[in-house]
Amino acid sequence: MSAAMLELRHISKTFNPGTINEKRALCGVDLVLEEGDFVTVIGGNGAGKSTVLNAIAGVWPVDEGSILVGGIDVTGLPDYKRAALIGRVFQDPMTGTAATMQIEENLALAARRGKRRGLRWGVTRAEREEYRERLRILELGLEERMTAKVGLLSGGQRQALTLLMATLRKPKLLLLDEHTAALDPKTAEKVLNATEKVVGQEHLTTLMITHNMRDAIHHGNRLIMMNEGKIALDIRGEEKKNLTVEDLLHKFSVATEEEFSNDQALLSR
Amino acid sequence: MGYFASLNPATLLSSMPAGIAQGLIWGVMALGVYITFRLLDIADLSVDGSFTTGGAVAVMLILAGWNPWAALLASLVVGLLCGTATGILHTLLGIPAILAGILTQFALYSINLAIMGMKANQAVSVDKFSLSISSRRVPPAIATGVLLIFVIICILYIYFGTESGSAMRATGCNPEMSKAQGINIGFMKILGLAISNGVVAYAGGLMAQFQGFADINMGRGAIVIGLAAVIIGEVLGEALLGKYLNFFGRLSFVALGGVIYYLVVVLVLWMKLNSNYLKLLTAVVVAVFLAVPYLRSHSKASFKRAEKNARRADGKGGRSAEKGEEP
Repeated sequence: MSAAMLELRHISKTFNPGTINEKRALCGVDLVLEEGDFVTVIGGNGAGKSTVLNAIAGVWPVDEGSILVGGIDVTGLPDYKRAALIGRVFQDPMTGTAATMQIEENLALAARRGKRRGLRWGVTRAEREEYRERLRILELGLEERMTAKVGLLSGGQRQALTLLMATLRKPKLLLLDEHTAALDPKTAEKVLNATEKVVGQEHLTTLMITHNMRDAIHHGNRLIMMNEGKIALDIRGEEKKNLTVEDLLHKFSVATEEEFSNDQALLSR
Repeated sequence: MGYFASLNPATLLSSMPAGIAQGLIWGVMALGVYITFRLLDIADLSVDGSFTTGGAVAVMLILAGWNPWAALLASLVVGLLCGTATGILHTLLGIPAILAGILTQFALYSINLAIMGMKANQAVSVDKFSLSISSRRVPPAIATGVLLIFVIICILYIYFGTESGSAMRATGCNPEMSKAQGINIGFMKILGLAISNGVVAYAGGLMAQFQGFADINMGRGAIVIGLAAVIIGEVLGEALLGKYLNFFGRLSFVALGGVIYYLVVVLVLWMKLNSNYLKLLTAVVVAVFLAVPYLRSHSKASFKRAEKNARRADGKGGRSAEKGEEP
């Protein structure tokens, strides 16, 4: 039995309505993710990839439609309330962690996501042990530096830490917004492998944006391609397993009746 | 030489204890300013108003027969409300933090006058009331000041180690991350501004009792004095303790910064500088100390230096530039 962990019911969003900069970013997107789905999202600039993620995370309210996470309607909730259900990793490694705070303090903040924050101690001895174990999985040696300020870590280390924070308390949904785009290729691969490991172990329902077609094909059990605020392609199962970059480009041009000629996507083949 | 002959070291020495006592009160205020300035990353100008509010509330309540310590608690509570007002203007109404602080400060001017019965000042004599702290009894005033600072630092140290306190530090450090971790950053900012102004108003209440009156202008420039104390304390703490400077030490040095600030004022006044120039002097000191970290980081990586390096490389026939060697 699998349950829908994410349900988007015809969501729409227009930025700067009524002005010269009006932009229909999402045009009635429908999407259902079953428990344990690992979905990669690709698309050109301005296709609506990040907009979908931001809509789910609650960065701003959608104009139309409703959003359900783990069966709970979150359409009317602000981002910090949705955080109880959703783990996020951002593109910029600086965004996901608090630089002036210690590694263990950052983890402790994440451990209390969705809980009341009262006057109990911010980090307890028992949880320190747990964090040490969890950090060991990353194989970055961070378990020996738990009281170091996060600002001292490299971009890759910070991104790996953010991933750990996002999944420390199993979220109903994990949102990854091009979380390896700002890293060098080698570090990016490490963080992607860590992602694969954590998502597999915890059986997390995941939505991962990437601008790299090969990564999109290689990871996950389902692939979505977005175009002009709509889902242009939705490939899963056996079809996804046997997919090649050429197939993908062909399918895209058939689906949208136009060439997929975005420079960025071509370059990162 | 007439100027130096006119300076009497004995007068300086004798004015030091009172200076220390008053500096300790500025130290209490600096702790409040530290919360917003360093932890929330907001320069909160409402403290200029709430310092006076604290003084006005304390004096009027003592005149009405309240116990001076109870009056101080009332100052604290009213200060919490002042900070809440700034916080609501900033978070719920979307007004930039600096402007929200200015608005509260401006509104408090009227409110402070109203508290003092529409008078610009109100006296409270230590001869008639058993005040918590007074410039007429300096040694106990110093003891009281030190004790209060110790208690306040302990409370702040413990609070910022709790879940709520950690969430507040995270809010100041990285609001995006804080939201993603489920922290209501608007609430945290309001709470931080409230606590900060509560401490500042408490200091205002102490100051009014210490000097024996509340004055509508007693809080003018409080934010700059607070910033001066924070900066002096941090620079000193980092110079003396370096990486061993933990949060408790940092708070202690901030309070000490208030004392040092005021002793410098005493020294400058002793040197017969027109007291009119004090605010100018304080502003210059704060500007210099705020600018130093920025200038220091730029001296390492500035365009001017890049140009100089390039010139030097050209002078050697451009070879080192090709190889990309460090000069």
